Amino acid sequence: MINKQISSIHEAVADIHDGATVMIGGFGEAGSPIELIHALIDQGAKNLTVINNNTGSGHVGLAALIENKRVAKMICSFPRTANSTVFPELYKSGNIELELVPQGTLAERIRAGGAGIPAFYTATSVGTPLCEGKEIRAINGRDYVLEYGLKADFSLIKCLKADRYGNLIYNKTARNFAPIMAMAATTAIVQTKEFVEIGDLDPEIIVTPGIFVDRVVIVANPLLESDLVKAERSYP
Amino acid sequence: MAERAAQDIPDGAYVNLGIGIPEKVVRYVPAGREVIYHTENGLLGMGDTPEAGQEDPELINAGKRLVTAIPGAAYFHHADSFAMIRGQHIDICVLGAMQVSQNGDLANWSTGDPDAIPAVGGAMDLVAGVKTIYVITQHCTRSGDAKLVANCSFPLTGQAVVSRIYTDLGVIDVTDDGFKLVELAPGVDFDYIQARTGCPLLAA
Repeated sequence: MINKQISSIHEAVADIHDGATVMIGGFGEAGSPIELIHALIDQGAKNLTVINNNTGSGHVGLAALIENKRVAKMICSFPRTANSTVFPELYKSGNIELELVPQGTLAERIRAGGAGIPAFYTATSVGTPLCEGKEIRAINGRDYVLEYGLKADFSLIKCLKADRYGNLIYNKTARNFAPIMAMAATTAIVQTKEFVEIGDLDPEIIVTPGIFVDRVVIVANPLLESDLVKAERSYP
Repeated sequence: MAERAAQDIPDGAYVNLGIGIPEKVVRYVPAGREVIYHTENGLLGMGDTPEAGQEDPELINAGKRLVTAIPGAAYFHHADSFAMIRGQHIDICVLGAMQVSQNGDLANWSTGDPDAIPAVGGAMDLVAGVKTIYVITQHCTRSGDAKLVANCSFPLTGQAVVSRIYTDLGVIDVTDDGFKLVELAPGVDFDYIQARTGCPLLAA
């Protein structure tokens, strides 16, 4: 029998090792799997390479993972956000590495990684500082830059509903990077608000088919990053 | 500026609006035109700010502001969202600018200051993929420097990508011959706008 449900959030992240590459879903707080990130902080893995669009807010979630010195390198498109102070301070003092990637190139690198495509050409960033040192090729009269697919050891994502096969649906714009990060990670770890019976999700509306998912843990009442930031909470 | 730019958005267009003043364009689209707004974090059919009590922190735009979804809206993941952009399915994008050069180069993501935290977001994807790029910007910086220049001194977002610029002083097209005035804002004359432009401006 296939059952990807894991009973505890700490068990779900237990084998994330030092030096792992971890994709974390979310665009700002929408889709951010805060409980999985906090479980990863508790677990203690360090020297991580983290792939996310941003670098978190306040002193919770991704920002707390960074503040607790677990992240050696961030791969992201927009590391500056309102209420984002943790990453900028570490970056300015030379204590964290940054690979800045245009947002659409980041998304496509993740998709390609998950789809078995090692690299692709895109017009994005041609003629800008972000294509320096990269291969440029003219195709049908236009210049394109070579970008490589991204894979990860683990991904941490959040969804609205999941079943024991790992089929997932999401809530509105919280979907963002989650479906492609599920594809691109060796082990995709999902926190879901609701766990439903096999067959409850209409096959026509499943967004992430279960083949891309390895572990599902129920977090019925997920915290909201903005509430925690407003309350000036920090983790741990 | 936003009101003037909105006049140039045709019925049926798929439009992406950048963060800041471009977001205001949505308020001024003339009655009778149906326009679909795309926000690159994963929504086609973005609507207004939600009413009190209707907010969902998981329904936001690219600027991370709370928004609504219109009837007929669709959600999708980031790779699909940028396929819409890179694949030239979005008709018009309206962006802000730090500098625009006379051949249409855009600089709007970094001053190149080595102490600043570099952040690019989706700007480079938008200018590389969207069919028509409009810019809304103040004509000059707060310190009075021209933002419409012969060559950008800031790091580029894209090369030869801007079609039209809406400023507080007028509307300017980027043509093969350089900047060409389309119209002046009320109370502005040609000499005034030319004096505040960093390179020659062709008369309307």
